[in-house]
Amino acid sequence: MTVRAIRVIPCLDVDAGRVVKGVNFVDIRDAGDPVELAAIYDAQGADELVFLDITASSDRRDTTVEMARAVAEKVFIPFTIGGGIRTAGDARRLLMAGADKVSVNTAAVKRPELVVEISREFGSQCCVVAIDAKSSSDTESGFEVFTHGGRIRTGLDAVTWAREVVRLGAGEILLTSMDRDGTKNGFDLDLTASVTSAVDVPVIASGGVGSLEHLVEGVTDGGADAVLAASIFHFGQHTVGEAKALMIDRGITVRPIG
Amino acid sequence: MTASPRPLIAILDYGIGNLHSAQKGFDHAGADARLTSDPGLIADAVGVVLPGVGAFGPCMSALHSKGLDRVAVERIHAGVPFFGICIGMQVLFTGSEEAPGVSGLGVFEREVGLIPGDVKRPQMQWNIIERRVDGHPMFAGLPDASWAYFVHSYTAADGPDVIATCDYGAHIVAAVARDNVWAAQFHPEKSGTVGLRILANFVETAVSHQAEST
Repeated sequence: MTVRAIRVIPCLDVDAGRVVKGVNFVDIRDAGDPVELAAIYDAQGADELVFLDITASSDRRDTTVEMARAVAEKVFIPFTIGGGIRTAGDARRLLMAGADKVSVNTAAVKRPELVVEISREFGSQCCVVAIDAKSSSDTESGFEVFTHGGRIRTGLDAVTWAREVVRLGAGEILLTSMDRDGTKNGFDLDLTASVTSAVDVPVIASGGVGSLEHLVEGVTDGGADAVLAASIFHFGQHTVGEAKALMIDRGITVRPIG
Repeated sequence: MTASPRPLIAILDYGIGNLHSAQKGFDHAGADARLTSDPGLIADAVGVVLPGVGAFGPCMSALHSKGLDRVAVERIHAGVPFFGICIGMQVLFTGSEEAPGVSGLGVFEREVGLIPGDVKRPQMQWNIIERRVDGHPMFAGLPDASWAYFVHSYTAADGPDVIATCDYGAHIVAAVARDNVWAAQFHPEKSGTVGLRILANFVETAVSHQAEST
């Protein structure tokens, strides 16, 4: 039997190299320190980490490179950095500093060749394309790609765009439902299933997780290869270990913790 | 020259992608790991590592442009403990379906091909290392069903030197070893405590090899 081990991925928002948006663990010394948080999630059994860089001003982006270097020195599981990557040079600096993958979103919509450039130079395996999608009656699949954190519509069909970025060289898709993001109502399973069945690269489901059951549904109903969540882990509501225990209980293969 | 308290491990620096993690992993495992393309420094190292991310063709051409293809083969023939990781494992073979016409280093005399079957490529996940032989020092101190992180679309052909496989549609090669050469398809530097143990096992093997040969 083929091992298809579903990855559980906590996502951390970082601003100028510091983790923001209320991570709230008991016993944490510095809730803003990406290295300390990464180590905690590693110890909990996280399979990967995603850092979403929300640094507004581009002249402070060097802090993100420094963060990649600091995390890579202490934490030995894969991590992805997304946000603000506009050129292959931006990607190169993060990868050389120790990030395993970079995730591109708006810049890829503006200039799809960026996906070709990153995948050709560094390999598809480190080129993640993040797709933010919302329900829309204007597209064939019923889902449209949005950029700029869900503010700007592109007219692109999310499923068609997913196929296109894979053709261009994306090795993975980070798929976020902007309808569900922040709602705690669970993944948009129609969106997830539409994309996972359309592409042959791994898909990370994101947006809307409010309970551990939602993570299970993302895999069983959405067909996701990995599930990403933020708040349920950050506020100490659940550990990654608890998520994995439930998934194992539901017959999903995951890397056991410990 | 005074002996370094930490054994020198040379990480071959061919300038592509994330080689930093391998260096930090070996540092963490007790070595003085240096990213280098300096043949003198490489010759001083007790062990040599060819890390890798990316594609077969660009990796071979980067190695060649820095002369590191010759240095690697020379170190292997000198009997120095050598560890190829991911694409650094694949280039130890004669060639790859990923880059037709590009010659690998030919340490293992067979080819690398696309992962077979109706599976997602790349395999981008943790998987169980299934050992084919008992007692190889790569896995010393690790439980039988240890998990490691894989990211690859191509896989080495099976052969007598395969020491571990993983189950991904078919049993595909996870690690090979012959004499002083170790190679892993997975990324020990990204496989948490399991991976760090494997890196420490290599450092230990390299140190005892040096002790035996001096």
